[in-house]
Amino acid sequence: MRFSILISPIVVVALAFGFAPGIAQAQIEAEAPAQDDPLRGSVTDDSSDNIITISVPGLPTPQSAQTPAGSTDELGARVSDVIVADLRSSGLFRPLGRNAVRAISYDEVTTPALSYWRGRNNEALIQGFVRAMPDGRITVGCYLYDVVLGTELARQGYVVEPADWRRAAHKCADSVYSRLTGESPFFDSRIAYIAETGPKDRRTKRLAIMDSDGANHRFITNGQATALTPRFSPDYQSIVYLSFLNGSPSIYIYDVDSGRQRRVFSTSNPTFAPRWSPDGHFILFSMAVSGNTDIYRISAGGGEPERLTNAPGIDVGGSYSPDGSKIVFESDRSGAQQIYVMNANGSNQKRISFGGGRYATPEWSPRGDLIAFTRVSGDFRIGTMTPSGGNIRLLTNSWQDEAPTWAPNGRLIQFFRTARGSGKTSIWQVDLTGKNARQLRTPVDGSDPSWGPVLP
Amino acid sequence: MTASKSPKNILLKSAILTASVLALAACGQKPPPELPPAPTTNTGPSTATTQTRPVETGPVPGSQADFLATVSSDRVFFDTDRFNIDTQDQQTLQSQARWLSQYPSKRIIVEGHADERGTRDYNLALGERRANSAKNYLVALGIAPSRIQVVSYGKERPDALGSNEQAWAQNRRAVTVTVE
Repeated sequence: MRFSILISPIVVVALAFGFAPGIAQAQIEAEAPAQDDPLRGSVTDDSSDNIITISVPGLPTPQSAQTPAGSTDELGARVSDVIVADLRSSGLFRPLGRNAVRAISYDEVTTPALSYWRGRNNEALIQGFVRAMPDGRITVGCYLYDVVLGTELARQGYVVEPADWRRAAHKCADSVYSRLTGESPFFDSRIAYIAETGPKDRRTKRLAIMDSDGANHRFITNGQATALTPRFSPDYQSIVYLSFLNGSPSIYIYDVDSGRQRRVFSTSNPTFAPRWSPDGHFILFSMAVSGNTDIYRISAGGGEPERLTNAPGIDVGGSYSPDGSKIVFESDRSGAQQIYVMNANGSNQKRISFGGGRYATPEWSPRGDLIAFTRVSGDFRIGTMTPSGGNIRLLTNSWQDEAPTWAPNGRLIQFFRTARGSGKTSIWQVDLTGKNARQLRTPVDGSDPSWGPVLP
Repeated sequence: MTASKSPKNILLKSAILTASVLALAACGQKPPPELPPAPTTNTGPSTATTQTRPVETGPVPGSQADFLATVSSDRVFFDTDRFNIDTQDQQTLQSQARWLSQYPSKRIIVEGHADERGTRDYNLALGERRANSAKNYLVALGIAPSRIQVVSYGKERPDALGSNEQAWAQNRRAVTVTVE
């Protein structure tokens, strides 16, 4: 079976300041919010003073037109919903969607009623439009206004196939997020994970992919062989993961376009814990030889692996620093799992975790400033430390939270939570304060999330 | 209806009750306790066992069923994060080695497992280490390494389903399975 995800760079067009809204005025009917918010179970502390209140009315259209993804009126409403869900999930905004604010006319998009919005305790306003183009694509306009100062802060237009309307919404949310926080964007990105079903002793574990908000979900493997620990390549063209396809654990590269896969390294020894280098040229993996596990590096194209660690015991789970010069990994050479850093060639191995308990599954932030980990001390908790092991912060407090993965901007962490007893799993997201934790909606149970970079 | 008073049903109830009590007893201990095997003076192949086996009604000699009926246990258990073979494990593996010596053409897979309290990747490595400990002991008893394959399932295939000390102790195991 062939699975394919098309990732084409989104065309960003500059919208002229003298942009004329045209003639037709499309009034968007207020309707009940769509079941589009993929993040639920919010424990956000909405009372924080740092949270920005921002209104996101439905996006009007200059002229209602049908597209394969629905009419431009419908798309305008759904784009607004996705922007609202994105901003809310970041924990930094209190977005007011089209169920909470009045509809706007197409004319208003570039001439916002600022005094009206100012009177409603808004700090910012997102307006935009959806317009059908003669070539079958749509343009999604996205404008950000500072309501208090009465100024326009950003404007972008995104030309996409109608089916890619969600990506245009994510790009708009990314633009707003970046402009208002000064951080890099992250909404327009994808996640590979393991979809789980079945009883605890015979779990079916399938490789699956989805957008960062849980949309556009797709199963990749059929579950006949247990799949674990997937990682998207930096260009999203491949997924490296572990499969029991030939009876014992072995790592494979799945090619997203062709649907074909190959073993990374043919050996009778088990290989597991695969990770990409930041440039996508290399794969780190662990291999057990007669009970002794070490970390190896191999070209993504194949060839002979290079052994990077040789301590007796279990060395496992490397993660590159963003510049590729260092690798953080875990080892039990001291007697229990702890976190170590080494140079990319394996030299200068140094332990950096010294707190109580065991430290596992280190993942270097794409920003380079922090390392996320699982602390095992009876319970499993997700936390962060600096690359030198300092400033340890625990972000979650549940029975078993495991395997952090970073948002592409290094400001959020996803992980999976296992329920005591039942073994049921779910994917969660937490910010770096630990105050804002939410469950990601998945069709079935989910584990081993892996967040890819921002799409082009 | 008075069917529940028939002797047949009372017997059935009694049997179910007994089974439940046995099941409760079985999961009350850390590793399922095994009776120590008959004392042996050496660890080599024993010919005595073949004479006492009831050949008419027993499983097919050399089969997995025969293996399970003959050895003191098909599995050994480990402490948290450990992979050493203790005295009880040695006796279990000695009984397996005796059977394997009787059927020199049989090959086995040793499956290594970990409990759910470790992280996924680490547990794959830990299961591998435990399976190799059992393999190494069998090899030390004279079983050819070429007959023994190991595979780690990490924490992916628990045997006991609970999230408690008893279940975890049952899941930290290396299980020997004969290849048919």
